[in-house]
Amino acid sequence: MYGLGILKGMAVTLKHFVNSYVDDIFWSSRGGRYYNDEALAVRQSPQGKGVITVFYPEEKLAVPERFRFVPFLVTDDPAPGERWGHDWCTSCGICAKVCPPQCIWIKRGKQPNGRPKPEPEEFYIDIDICMNCGLCAEFCPFDAIKMDHDYELASYNRTTAHIHDKERLSKPISYWREIAPKKAAAEAAARQFVEEAKAKKKDKKGEGEEREARLAEAMARQLVYKGGLY
Amino acid sequence: MSEMTLEAPAVGVQEYSATAVIATLKERYPEHVSDDGREGYEGIIVHPDKIVEVARDLQSELGYNYLASLTGVDLIEENKLEVVYHTASIQHGGDPLVLKVQVDRDNPVVPSLVPVWPGADFQEREAYDMYGIHFAGHPDLRRILTWEGFHGYPLRKDWREPFYEEDVKPFGSRWPGGEVFRAEERNPYGKNVQYPPGWVPEGSEHEAETEAYGGITYTREQSSGIKTEKITINMGPQHPSTHGVFRMAITVDGETIVGLKPVMGYLHRNHEKIGERNTFIQNIPYTDRLDYISSMSNNHGYVLAVEKLMGQSVPERAEWIRILMVELTRIVNHLWALGFLLNDLGALQTPMLYYYIERELILDLFEATAGSRMMCNYMRFGGVAYDLPDDVRGQPTMKFLHDIIHDRLPRVIEQGDQLMTGNEIVRSRGIGVGYLSPEDAIAYSTAGPVLRASGVPYDIRKANPYSYYPHLKFDVAVRYNGDIYDRFLIRIDEMQQSLRILQQVLPYLKETEGAPINDGKPQYAIRMPRGGEAYGRVENPKGELGYYITAKRRDANPSRYHVRAPSFINLTALEKMSLGHKVADVVAILGSIDIVLGEVDR
Repeated sequence: MYGLGILKGMAVTLKHFVNSYVDDIFWSSRGGRYYNDEALAVRQSPQGKGVITVFYPEEKLAVPERFRFVPFLVTDDPAPGERWGHDWCTSCGICAKVCPPQCIWIKRGKQPNGRPKPEPEEFYIDIDICMNCGLCAEFCPFDAIKMDHDYELASYNRTTAHIHDKERLSKPISYWREIAPKKAAAEAAARQFVEEAKAKKKDKKGEGEEREARLAEAMARQLVYKGGLY
Repeated sequence: MSEMTLEAPAVGVQEYSATAVIATLKERYPEHVSDDGREGYEGIIVHPDKIVEVARDLQSELGYNYLASLTGVDLIEENKLEVVYHTASIQHGGDPLVLKVQVDRDNPVVPSLVPVWPGADFQEREAYDMYGIHFAGHPDLRRILTWEGFHGYPLRKDWREPFYEEDVKPFGSRWPGGEVFRAEERNPYGKNVQYPPGWVPEGSEHEAETEAYGGITYTREQSSGIKTEKITINMGPQHPSTHGVFRMAITVDGETIVGLKPVMGYLHRNHEKIGERNTFIQNIPYTDRLDYISSMSNNHGYVLAVEKLMGQSVPERAEWIRILMVELTRIVNHLWALGFLLNDLGALQTPMLYYYIERELILDLFEATAGSRMMCNYMRFGGVAYDLPDDVRGQPTMKFLHDIIHDRLPRVIEQGDQLMTGNEIVRSRGIGVGYLSPEDAIAYSTAGPVLRASGVPYDIRKANPYSYYPHLKFDVAVRYNGDIYDRFLIRIDEMQQSLRILQQVLPYLKETEGAPINDGKPQYAIRMPRGGEAYGRVENPKGELGYYITAKRRDANPSRYHVRAPSFINLTALEKMSLGHKVADVVAILGSIDIVLGEVDR
């Protein structure tokens, strides 16, 4: 029969239409379908039915731990009464070298005698150029640069507001632990493992157990790499 | 290898002997054909005088009837330009046969292969645009990606972009004395443009436009019946149905199309020049931006090419994860393509939004795994960047995968079938429209669903297998009518085959849980252990995606980085498909090719 294909299609649309109300009724006695975290989680899962719209900005999807947006610099938690903690960055320059669009500028610190000091004097990221690829965070050997989860960076002036300096970039480690708890814990464990492996290697130098030490180090490296396990 | 034994390759992949073909050619043209003896290079060097004959022989009798890729290379040290042709065999599969032609850099003239392979059309125009190689006998040799008022040939090694800093990254100004600056302030708008000698920016644009349309010629005498005026109309670049900033100059007789010239390059950023400035690893996130719907596949092709050059191995788990991601990408892409095709056919928004619901779920997985929904930047040389996450949207990953692969996606494909396949409007607008014969599909170098919907069962996953595809059971989807409707159906078939593959991959993923995901230690700067060339090809959702990479030994940057973009080359056949149809059909035909402008314009 001519027109049957169209009718079949309409039936699918009708099913979706009805489904959206069924779900409304289901959630009406459970705190409502919208502006309700529990309901949002269900409707965003593979079991979700009916309307899946998220009412941004009142409702927001939780971002996963690995989510990456413009990077920030990790510092120690500031001491009480102080504004900044100590930088983790040693200004080794790996992030600036690996950065694909070359949006990182680092001015290495200098000691009074002119030799390089392992901390950045200035650190800039041009977030107009940054492509949020996350390679800087992936290859930083000191866990000093991490990808942020704050994606609401709209501003009125791109020429002045979009070059982030060290002050704008620095955030305490507690912030990282808050937004990516599992990843932060895995990284802390990996760092500890590397420290121990290094200490062991020093101890055992003379005892002919270098192979074992080398293995431990290789494993540590692997673990660091998988610091991205979370 | 894990305890679960891998099944033997599902089909006996027959290798066609390239050596015999090369020997035949050398016998026939002893003066003009020689082996490429450079270290790490393969294939043959053909004298420019004989390239057309060699191509004809390859196409008509020696079995290499498909021109996969054509590109230029600047050999500045030898003061030469090189044209590299990758020809493949549709019947026999296997590795492509590489031909090279070298010409003097100051007077680069190479005979055009358009008479042999019409698919060389856009690719030769691109090589002309980028390198200034003059293809003698090309019917319409104009710039294609840059505009008429562009000065110089940007991929030549001595050409410098307006924001030039250094030949290769990393730039010395970034560390240790990083004084931040914005490139656009050092070289502000107005100063950063160069015109060719004699080019006046004001007033001559009109002539350039006329030239652009000039490729379309017609005579009034041809039409019979009512005398109608033929007019050239412009469609795009700002047109909702061109899928981006794509433009077509269409000549119509009444409403019937008698000529069509695609105009592209509005998104051109010279991806390949950037790629040659970049280090190897820096290119991975850039490949995401080519075909931004299917970034995982783009990553895959690129890492395969570089791994080939490096001789890098990949652990088992990484291969399974790669296949998982790539096949999910295929589903994402086809859902998107079908949604847009139906949009173009007038089924506005409804099917598209239904498909997006499922696409969202897959993107959630990508986001949880790689950190980004579309710009995944997930694969690395020797594996992948991260293992699968513990959970996705609050559910254990394996359960999530199981749910979408075994339950949700099969259901949605079936639903799409009910929604649209039998629809009378889709059928009447699709059947018999935009026909492309199998011979033309091969000659025009089309790839992917466009090629297979014309009845040519050519799929790189089977024809020139890579990764663990030989261990998986799946069929090459093929349809025989070569029209819009078949290109619609074949995408549904392909999604079903992808689901089949995914269902086989899941147990292996469970089995290899916790196994290494990357061979070798992570390095931020890779030095190529050997020099040479490599061509990595994958079956991208849109067709054959190839990366041609050459590098010198101990170099950290590729010396040539070329992307064989399926969307771009599939467009060569657009005019062929559209002639004789109506303007409204062009919209649907373009939708059925499924282009992404990030990849067309590069």
